[in-house]
Formats: sequence, structure tokens, C-alpha cells
Amino acid sequence: MTDALETQTYRVTRADLVRYCGASGDFNVIHWNDRLATKVGLPGVIAHGMYTMALVGRAVTTWAGAPDAVVEFSVRFSRPVPVPDTDEGTEVVVAGTVKEVTGDGLAKLALTATCNGEKVLSLASATIRKR
Amino acid sequence: MPLDQSFVGRSYPPTEPYLVGREKIREFARAIGADDAEYHDPAAARAIGYPDVVAPPTFPVVVTMAASRQIIADPDLGMDYTRVVHGDQRFAYTRPVVAGDTLICVNTVDEITRRGGHDFITTRTEVTTEGGEPVVTVWSKLVQRGEESA
Repeated sequence: MTDALETQTYRVTRADLVRYCGASGDFNVIHWNDRLATKVGLPGVIAHGMYTMALVGRAVTTWAGAPDAVVEFSVRFSRPVPVPDTDEGTEVVVAGTVKEVTGDGLAKLALTATCNGEKVLSLASATIRKR
Repeated sequence: MPLDQSFVGRSYPPTEPYLVGREKIREFARAIGADDAEYHDPAAARAIGYPDVVAPPTFPVVVTMAASRQIIADPDLGMDYTRVVHGDQRFAYTRPVVAGDTLICVNTVDEITRRGGHDFITTRTEVTTEGGEPVVTVWSKLVQRGEESA
């Protein structure tokens, strides 16, 4: 079976990244300083990979209908998420399909996250426990 | 210089206990825009069987990222963190992290490979309570870009 789940869209602004720096303890300059981000060859400030993964995690728990339903969760970061210094910032779109439901009540999901129409993760998947 | 293959399989001493605060979980949930009641309201978390607020799925990195400095900053391994980018991330949960948990991390180097002039290191962190109850296992693959492409 391949059931498509309802696509989730998340807006990401510079303010979100600053807040995530503080909450996570990851103050890498590439997540808040354009000057230093461009110096290392990036288009500008980019989102933390773990911030993008956290948004995907929100989608997964939304689909699961429970905040404690995730059994396994993995992603590969394939492309950065540039966050321009504008009021609108950017958008991350998370899509998922149910690939398999096992007899012990677990569902395996295949996940994608896109920004500006390009995939920013590859090999992203989660296993959730059905309530 | 390539990363030293002899580090594969090496484990580090358990980290100092990390006490998970309710306000830290709330702060993290707010930062990712997650307003589920169970992340913020102890009564809502108790209603689904936990003693206090539960943490979102990626919260363990708050603990493991600090803990993995044991490996990243190991002078014998010699990583150059200015050339490091995050490759893969994986979590396998026994249960969610809950406010009030006192967590211990044990870091192990699972794999070191070299491809196309870049070094890849996979670390595994076993996160348990102080009493030894397993909570979550966290794998991170870091890519140290070759010096020529840095």
C-alpha cells in the first residue's frame, strides 16, 4: 500500500533560526551570520539540518496523531535550506506516504522535504506505532 | 590528513548526567513551532502515561550534540570542525525523553570512511537514564570536507 499523507507546510524565518540556536545550543555562525556563511561558500544563512528534521518530525507526529508514536526516524541531509533575510523567509514542504504496515501495529513512512521545489533530504523515513 | 581508522569501535567514558528540565522541553518545542499539549502541559502528558511533559522526537540532539564533543574535540582523532557538515541523522527510540529524566550518553565511533577526498564518520550515542534504562540510540554521520574543497 502507498497511502499519501496530507502534505505539511512550514514557514521558516531568520527569527526561527535564532530561536532554534538558543533552544538547541547549536550556535554555528552559518545559521545566523550572512557574512560568515557566504565566506564558506554558502548562498547565505541556512537552516540547521536538525531544524529541518524537527519540522519533518512535526509532520510525522501530526500524521501519527500522538507525540510519542515515533519508534525510528532517519534522514540524510542532501541540500541546504537557505533562509533569506525577509519577513517571509522560506517554506519547507513535508510529504509522506505509508509504505508498509506490519502485523505488530507499526507503520513505515517514506518522507520527503522540499524547499523552493528542490528536495533537501534523501533517504528520509520514520516508523510509527499506530495507536 | 585522513581520519584515523583505528578509532572505529572506540567507546568513550559515560558523560556527566544531563537533567532534562520541563522548561527546556517547552523552549525546544516552541522553537520548532510544536504546540502539542503533551510538550507543554504536564497534565496532558500524564493523560497519555508520562510523569511530566514529553520531548519532541529530535530533542535528544540537545543532549547528544554536547556529548559528541568528546569525539569531535578528541585531539587524537584530529577533526577540523570548520570543515564539518551534517550528513545523516537517525534515532531509534525506546521511549520519548521526559522532563525529569537524568540522561547519560555513551559515545562510540561506528564507522570511518573516505570517499572522493572527504572523510565520513558515524557516531553512535546510547542514551540511557542514570539507572541504566535505555531511552534512545542516536546515530550521526558527519562529513569532513577535503581541504582542497573547503
